Amino acid sequence: MTDITDISRTVEAIYEAESRRVLATLIRLLGDFDRAEEALHDAVRAALEQWPRDGVPANPRAWLVSAGRFKAIDTMRRQKRFDPLESIGDPAEVLSTDPLEWTDEESVEDDRLRLVFTCCHPALSPDAQIALTLREVCGLTTEEIARAFLTPAPTLAQRIVRAKNKIRDARIPYQVPQRDELNERLDAVLRVIYLVFNEGYAASSGASVVRHDLASEAIRLGRLLVQLLPEPEAMGLLALMLLHESRRAARMSADGDIILLEDQDRDLWDRTQIAEGVQLVERALRSRRVGPYALQAAIAALHAEAPAPADTDWGEVVGLYDVLMRVEPSPVVELNRAVAVAMRDGPAAGLALIDALIARGELKDYRLLHAARADLCRRLGRVDDARTAYTRALKLTRQEPERRFIQRRLHELSR
Amino acid sequence: MKYLCLVYLESTKMRAVPDSECMACSVGLRDSGVLVAAEALQPIETATTVRVRGGKATITDGPFAETKEQLAGFYLVDAENLDEALEIAAKIPPAREGSVEVRPVRQLDA
Repeated sequence: MTDITDISRTVEAIYEAESRRVLATLIRLLGDFDRAEEALHDAVRAALEQWPRDGVPANPRAWLVSAGRFKAIDTMRRQKRFDPLESIGDPAEVLSTDPLEWTDEESVEDDRLRLVFTCCHPALSPDAQIALTLREVCGLTTEEIARAFLTPAPTLAQRIVRAKNKIRDARIPYQVPQRDELNERLDAVLRVIYLVFNEGYAASSGASVVRHDLASEAIRLGRLLVQLLPEPEAMGLLALMLLHESRRAARMSADGDIILLEDQDRDLWDRTQIAEGVQLVERALRSRRVGPYALQAAIAALHAEAPAPADTDWGEVVGLYDVLMRVEPSPVVELNRAVAVAMRDGPAAGLALIDALIARGELKDYRLLHAARADLCRRLGRVDDARTAYTRALKLTRQEPERRFIQRRLHELSR
Repeated sequence: MKYLCLVYLESTKMRAVPDSECMACSVGLRDSGVLVAAEALQPIETATTVRVRGGKATITDGPFAETKEQLAGFYLVDAENLDEALEIAAKIPPAREGSVEVRPVRQLDA
């Protein structure tokens, strides 16, 4: 009896470690997501039956792929609808290939990358890209994803079904994009990962525990991508996520109130994550192909490395925002730069830049612009202007902790 | 003179007419020499839209959304997969003014 329990524990551990790889390879071999998922389940069931009797095979991954593929082909033969996509080649050829050949490290990692790019294909809606990536690449259940995104499970299941149908019917290719379109497609993958991260990171109340898992899931995805495709921007994004995540324990009080960067207890920052993030930033910057994620990560690294708020190198922060404005100009970057200028040159200098943004009609409904303006007015002693701007920000915010933070500030002003 | 005959159906009636009947119709038209090309399409959920602005192609899920845009022409192309089809679609000149919807053709179950 102990043996069987041991074996099922072994199968479980192998499943945990290998199921996403096995799935990625089965999708390539069988040319269909649903068929591959079914094959994976059949293979695991077979393992639970056979391994206690015959022992765990030397290469469990190859065994699972082989068993899954065999079961799937068997099913297809019985259903007489063996119509694989052309991309997977001649069925006879697939049948004759040695399982060890298509489960070696290199082709398996290629398959994982194919899976990531297919799930993040721009022909799928952004919501579908996120759901499909979490389902297929990360192996989260539909219920887990639904809970994390506060979406009803049937809606989410429907979204995933629709995406898989489109992949099949519109014939979205299972491949890593060519070099000439790789950068653009990589941007789409990075955006999906960052959206997943922000969904978890911004979680503030209620189901926050589940939602924090999204941040860790995004970091895992980021790690996978850096390992499979060590492009500077992939490193930049991973660094950015790690550096944000390192402050998680310090950015909220026990009551769920926001603690600003300058007021955070820096002893609570996760040094291991900071070290890893900083190292990745340096690698990305050395590549000399610096993109927006690496630059934002470099800015986050400057904050992370300052022992106290007063030690922050604001000159350097402003310099990095200048580069970011050249690489990817946007009003939000301009606003962040204005705040950094205020720290370097004083609140009046920052306020002038923010007022210039307002004069151009930019970001007039962006709550953080009004919150930043309010803070600078407050520092300058312009109490009435500060109050007006905080009130504006309060009207625009939908997050409860932000609302409480602004109300606290308004209360302080009226004292 | 060539004429394009566009077939419209509610999504629930996509399969209301048997494929065999459609097939018989197109064979009949081909035999009589009037048919240039005819295809059934996959449902609208499989559609992808390409727009080219400033020389850069943007790809989005779904059919065109601009109500002001009207059907202005069509290309029936043979591509290996959706990526190839989108690449071709991005080269169709009106893609830079309006949009090009790319919808896969469905094989009739004869």
